Amino acid sequence: MRESIIMKIHYGTALAAVALVAVHILMRLTQGFAESLEYDSVITNYKFLPYAGMLEIILILLSIHGFNGLRVILLELKQGKTYEKAVSYGCVVAMIALIGYGTRTIIMVNTGMT
Amino acid sequence: MAQTPSLAEESGSTPFSSSQSITLRIARYNPQHDSAKSFMEFQVPYEKWTTVLEAILEVKKHFDHSVAVRYSCRQATCGSCGMIINGKPRLACFTKISELNSNVITVEPMNNFPIIRDLAVKFERLFDTHHKIKPYLIRDDTEITTNTKEFLQSPEELEQYIQFSNCIKCGLCNSACPTMATDSSFVGPQALAQAYRYVADSRDKGKDNRLKIIDDSHGIWRCHFAGSCSQVCPKGVDPAMGIQLLRGYMLGFRS
Ligand code: HEM
Ligand code: SF4
Ligand code: FES
Repeated sequence: MRESIIMKIHYGTALAAVALVAVHILMRLTQGFAESLEYDSVITNYKFLPYAGMLEIILILLSIHGFNGLRVILLELKQGKTYEKAVSYGCVVAMIALIGYGTRTIIMVNTGMT
Repeated sequence: MAQTPSLAEESGSTPFSSSQSITLRIARYNPQHDSAKSFMEFQVPYEKWTTVLEAILEVKKHFDHSVAVRYSCRQATCGSCGMIINGKPRLACFTKISELNSNVITVEPMNNFPIIRDLAVKFERLFDTHHKIKPYLIRDDTEITTNTKEFLQSPEELEQYIQFSNCIKCGLCNSACPTMATDSSFVGPQALAQAYRYVADSRDKGKDNRLKIIDDSHGIWRCHFAGSCSQVCPKGVDPAMGIQLLRGYMLGFRS
């Protein structure tokens, strides 16, 4: 992929994340912070599909942004054909793995596997 | 029997007849047999107008002629004498001792360039990256053929790029750039500023070509807005601004 397209995605995901994380924080302000982290409360939130969907989107946005950022840092740290290939593919794999793991949690809650 | 004259006698000139003097610390390093950089200190007299380059040449003339330094024009035009002076990349011929406000002046080779010896560094990477962005007007026709006019430009069109054409390829910006320090494939602020200089020239038709060249995993996107290039440029080129203007084309804010 062209580097300019990757960086447009990088900036775009950052901007979208600012908006969605703001909503996420506002939602969390509806109850006390400690209360918010209680088991039942977390399960309830995940079962509220519009909110769980938004969390999923934040997860995707920040995984793309964060792992691309990591790719950039690693490419600037060391150079070499094999190394750079490994970094690029490694970051994509890690990104997919993290998104998969987070998505799995939401699906497990909503299919009653908890 | 005639005696071999010492260097000082041979040159026929005497050190500056000034009452003021500074300690000039010169980095010495020969990659062929030194394992690390060391410093030699010299007491050098100076006048209000004495430049760091003149002080180094005094040292070569009267104390140690083996100090390696590159220079030519002595007037901030050839771009040869870039070095780190008291921690900052500067042109030695364009930096007066009196403006440094210090009794000790330390000169070192530029960062992010391989050292040939002492203060002289290799410029191959800078020349390569400069060449890579095609630093010339690209278009099919030419003004050299007969019966054609020269390519006219309005003052406004000239204004778009003229500041960037002041670059003397001294490399101070590349020496100051933090990305250059770790990314050995980074194209660097000097070449990026020149890419802008030609892209913004109304006579040039090579914009797409050049933007493609710098749109690489070690291209323009590896600039992280540190701005140190523009801080050290002795010619007011402002590479950091050129980079942001180029990004404007690539992000669709400019056409
Ligand atoms: C939502 C607020 C955020 C905004 C507005 C934002 C914005 C940016 C921008 C503009 C860059 C490019 C900087 C550059 O090229 O110099 C960047 C880089 C980066 N971001 Fe974010 N980011 C945000 C959140 C995050 C989060 C939560 C993470 C971690 C998961 C993250 C990880 C990174 C990394 C690793 C880099 C690469 C480092 C760098 O280029 O300096 N960012 N971010
Ligand atoms: S942009 Fe300025 S600092 Fe960089 S090489 Fe050109 S003149 Fe020197
Ligand atoms: S000697 Fe030419 S720029 Fe300094």
